Amino acid sequence: MTTSVPTSETNERRFRRTSDVEVQQGLGALARITRMCIQYPWRAGLAFTATLAAVVAQLAIPVILGRAVDMTQASEGDVFEAGPLVAVALMLLGASVLRGLFTLVQNYTAESLGHALAHDLRNMIYDKIQRLPFSFHDQTHSGDLITVGMLDLEGVRMYFSTALVRTFFLILLIGIGAWLLLSTNVVLAFLALSFVPFAAWRSTVMRLILRRTWLILQEKLGVLSQVMEENLAGIRVVRAFAARDYEMAKFERASKTALELSHQRINVRVTNTSIMTLAFFTAMGLVLLYGGRQVAAGEITVGTLATFLTFMTILQMPVRQLGMMVNAYARASTCGARLFQLIDMQEEISDAPGARDLEITEGTLRLENVGFSYQGAGRHALSGISLEAKRGEAIGIVGPPGSGKTTLMHLIPRFYDVTEGAILIDGQDIRDVTLSSVRQAVAVVQQDSFLFTTTIENNIAYSTPFVEDARIRNVAESAQLHDYVLGLPSQYHTIVGERGVSLSGGQRQRLSIARTLMMEPSVLILDDSTAAIDAGTESRIRAAMRDYAKQRVTLIVAHRLASLMHADQILFVDDGKVVERGTHDELLALGGRYKALHDLQMRPDADVLDEMAGVQ
Amino acid sequence: MRAVVGSTRIEEEIFGRAFDGNVIRRIWRFVAPYRPQVVIAVLAALTFTLSQLSIPLLIQYAIDNGMTPGADAGTLWRIMALFVVAILVNFSASLVQEKVTARTAENVLFDIRWRMFEHLQRVSLSFMDKTEVGRLMSRLQGDVNSMQEFFETSVQSVGDIALLVGIVVAMLWLDWQLAAMVLLVLPVLFGVRVLWLARARAAFMAAHEANSVANGALAEAIHGVRAVQALDRAGLNADLYGKLVGNAYQAQLRASRLAQIMIPIVDSLTGIAMAVVVIAGGLMVASGRVEVGVMVAFLFYIQRFFDPIRSLTMQYSVMQRAMASGHRLTEVLDVSVDVTDAPDAVALGAADDGSVEFRNVTFGYDPQNPVLKNVSFKVKSGERVALVGPTGSGKSSSISLIHRFYDVMDGAVLVGGRNVRTVTQDSLGRHIAMVLQEPYLFTGTILENIRYSSHWASDADVIEAARAVGAHDFIEAMPQGYQTVLDERGGNLSLGQRQLLSFARALVVDAKILVLDEATANIDSYTEMQIQKGLQTLLEGRTGIVIAHRLATIRNADRIVVLQHGVKIEEGDHEALMADKGLYSRLFELNYASFDDLPADLTLKDRATAT
Repeated sequence: MTTSVPTSETNERRFRRTSDVEVQQGLGALARITRMCIQYPWRAGLAFTATLAAVVAQLAIPVILGRAVDMTQASEGDVFEAGPLVAVALMLLGASVLRGLFTLVQNYTAESLGHALAHDLRNMIYDKIQRLPFSFHDQTHSGDLITVGMLDLEGVRMYFSTALVRTFFLILLIGIGAWLLLSTNVVLAFLALSFVPFAAWRSTVMRLILRRTWLILQEKLGVLSQVMEENLAGIRVVRAFAARDYEMAKFERASKTALELSHQRINVRVTNTSIMTLAFFTAMGLVLLYGGRQVAAGEITVGTLATFLTFMTILQMPVRQLGMMVNAYARASTCGARLFQLIDMQEEISDAPGARDLEITEGTLRLENVGFSYQGAGRHALSGISLEAKRGEAIGIVGPPGSGKTTLMHLIPRFYDVTEGAILIDGQDIRDVTLSSVRQAVAVVQQDSFLFTTTIENNIAYSTPFVEDARIRNVAESAQLHDYVLGLPSQYHTIVGERGVSLSGGQRQRLSIARTLMMEPSVLILDDSTAAIDAGTESRIRAAMRDYAKQRVTLIVAHRLASLMHADQILFVDDGKVVERGTHDELLALGGRYKALHDLQMRPDADVLDEMAGVQ
Repeated sequence: MRAVVGSTRIEEEIFGRAFDGNVIRRIWRFVAPYRPQVVIAVLAALTFTLSQLSIPLLIQYAIDNGMTPGADAGTLWRIMALFVVAILVNFSASLVQEKVTARTAENVLFDIRWRMFEHLQRVSLSFMDKTEVGRLMSRLQGDVNSMQEFFETSVQSVGDIALLVGIVVAMLWLDWQLAAMVLLVLPVLFGVRVLWLARARAAFMAAHEANSVANGALAEAIHGVRAVQALDRAGLNADLYGKLVGNAYQAQLRASRLAQIMIPIVDSLTGIAMAVVVIAGGLMVASGRVEVGVMVAFLFYIQRFFDPIRSLTMQYSVMQRAMASGHRLTEVLDVSVDVTDAPDAVALGAADDGSVEFRNVTFGYDPQNPVLKNVSFKVKSGERVALVGPTGSGKSSSISLIHRFYDVMDGAVLVGGRNVRTVTQDSLGRHIAMVLQEPYLFTGTILENIRYSSHWASDADVIEAARAVGAHDFIEAMPQGYQTVLDERGGNLSLGQRQLLSFARALVVDAKILVLDEATANIDSYTEMQIQKGLQTLLEGRTGIVIAHRLATIRNADRIVVLQHGVKIEEGDHEALMADKGLYSRLFELNYASFDDLPADLTLKDRATAT
């Protein structure tokens, strides 16, 4: 196991999911996003100005249209002059063109502000994720971080254009429009606007329901996709157990729940949109009826009636989209709250103020009474560990699973900070120098190392991308990887990793060793990194690394004693403490835990196993 | 350039031909059961469109006949009655159309997915081995979804076409001369839209692509964060990522510009059409040739012009995307099913024993390249046999054949004395329990995982099995015991613990034969001990066929079959094989922890001696 995190902690993740984010936090998030938007004053100003201009142009259209209609009426009987009519037509054209242009400016500046904001946030998120310590990542689902970096970012990005600018637009449109209509004919204005509150209410309710059910639906679809994915990835198990019916039943259950919810959503959406349209047309009918009687009575002109009807048409869409606007606020508040939670996360492990680079002279590593406990876990994972190793020395560390070996190895490159004692390299506490210089000085090969989906060459040179090819070849030879690579179709340019050629456990480990050999550390840590490599290859790797190891301190964690029996000093660790210490021969002579383990491995017969079982 | 973040993505073709008869036919089969719904949806869409069209006409009629000075008040009321009818029809038609369309599309989508998933349960395992899970998932999700979009928009397009035609007809009917002038805008609008679409799509794709690249790099940073920190690349990566995000930003701005540019164009064209109506229509009204209501109706129709044009041009992209997706869907549905039950297959039952026999078996995934050549051996009921040999010797293929994951090319595999081709696959599955090299666990509780598909097993049976393999103690130590929900793939358990759970799962089946592929990874000696003990329990009273890597397992076997390059080269118990001084004894003496991952020279030497 690479990490030994207590289970109770894993269940209680510090990083919280959607439903947990509180309203207050959400409002705070909205205020903060708004402040961030204002940091692009030009774009924000331009967007709002263009919105105002677009609304004015848009509202001019029904007024001009009404005038045009009346003009044709008023001239009845008289000599008709085409001049004014052309002027009105040109005004209409002008208003349309301006409306289009201002809307373009409004939308474009609003969107570009959102993109600019997202651009900055993306960099911040990426940097934060890269720098947050292991302890954070231990307790955080990678899926949650991806959600923040992709979906939550979208929610925040859309806030300015779909929430703020949209609100401004609607207020202006309804406000100025209502004033215009009211000043023309009060009763007719009320009739024309009568559908607005109803549609606004339905639209908001609908969006909020849809939003809630969307979140649930995503969850259901997530279950469905998990069922499918696990089935496909584990198809051999499924076939081996002849479990097709069982799996199909599981799939159908998940599928049916999702389908039912999806049908419910369709009902909500369709019913509401249809009823909003009905409300709109009802209002239009009332305007037509009342207005028609007014026209017949000569109280208002046909043009005025046309103005009212056109205005209603203009208003219909934005009002129906009011729900989306409300949704944008709701979304931005939850997304923003989560996003800021991540960005504001303390980097517990970072450079001390005024820290200088580590200075390597002798290359001596010293652990002074080191103790460590995981956050929130009551018991000590490690305690009272002391050790001194000089350049060229090798230290072996062995012990049962969960004894704290890996934890200890993670303290030296400062993946975690010790909670007691100190770790010193050439007399300098690693907490007092820059983090980067510590990471350069301490290199770790992990048991289950992550390979990047890129070429073998890029993977090997990950720490030092600008070296010569020859050096890459050299380390690959040392790690006994070169021959294998030559057998691949594109050799060093073969893509490996998640979506590339899949490597066996042993090949991955050799690649991981090669990758680390590229560095020039003072301390090299091999954390159970040869478990999947056979003994013969391992001894060849060890031989090839002999000169390399002379230049540094090597710490070897292994289960196979053959991997570490040559070490200058071997520590047997159990329950976070060093229980035995000495060379291979000394420890054998001691006749303790180390010797028992040695016997178990040298005679792998069933009777020894039974014997061991008796001892335990 | 070696310094990169994120990976080179292999993008799939997103757009296909807009029309592919074959794909349409195949997909239609899924729609066919819903024919009545489709008819209803189309009729409702047409009704809806007609009611939409009627409203400006009613307004026109009201203006010209119900509002003229001195008009009969009854006329306006009668028109209003018609108006009420129209909007009620509009309401119900929209309700029916949208509901039926959306629900049917959703149903078809789930049907397609069901069919694909069910098919994947039966296709040959070599297809599954070759195909990435992610790729299949994108078929089951992305491609199926784009078909759904296609169904929904198709019905809508029927309405859109009807609306467009209806507007044109209504205008021509109201006044053909005025209509002719206004309709000149229409081809321009169409043309501009089509020209724009090609460019806009390229820009949208570029933005989408740049965005995915940046997101891919972010995902990499999240998953590989420990490696990044260990190798001290955070600083460089931030710079590289900054460039990717910068590219995405530029691409998005460009896409946004292109998306918005259409607005002033459409508005201007609408403005021109309105200006034409005002001038030409105004003159006509003034001269008394047409009524003022006609002019108002025209103005209303013009404002409705653009919606159907926009959706129709969009529909083209949707169709292209759907065809590409549909093509990939049919590809999955067409993957052949190699192994099926024979029509007269019988079920293996309790009366059949646990013997296994390979009779002159030749088998290969590629007929030119057999991985097993004329292999024969027999395992008696209750016997324990270890299969040993270097990587690529055909051990894994052998155990796949026992379970009839594949059919042999020549010879026969017999289980319980019957050829596996003559028995049902389900009964074979219950006769043979299997433990794979990599323990695979599903999301769910520990209890569910151990029981898995053995629905007949009670909770007590499950606990009994866990106890027998030595998993009970650690399970009980977990916060919710047997009800503890496992993380993805059992991430909250150690490898040894996962292995023990997979033993318990196989034990619950209580099959006569146990086939086991031993884990190669060098597990620490303590876990190893537990696993060996679990294994003993598991094999008790059963026929055991084990691909063995560990010497302890091998030595405990009644018999050892050594395979190399698909040929059985040695067979016998440990002592006999050691006495033979063949490959087995040599491997044993070299004390290799595992018989896999052997140095190439060793096996090469043996190829020479074996042949």
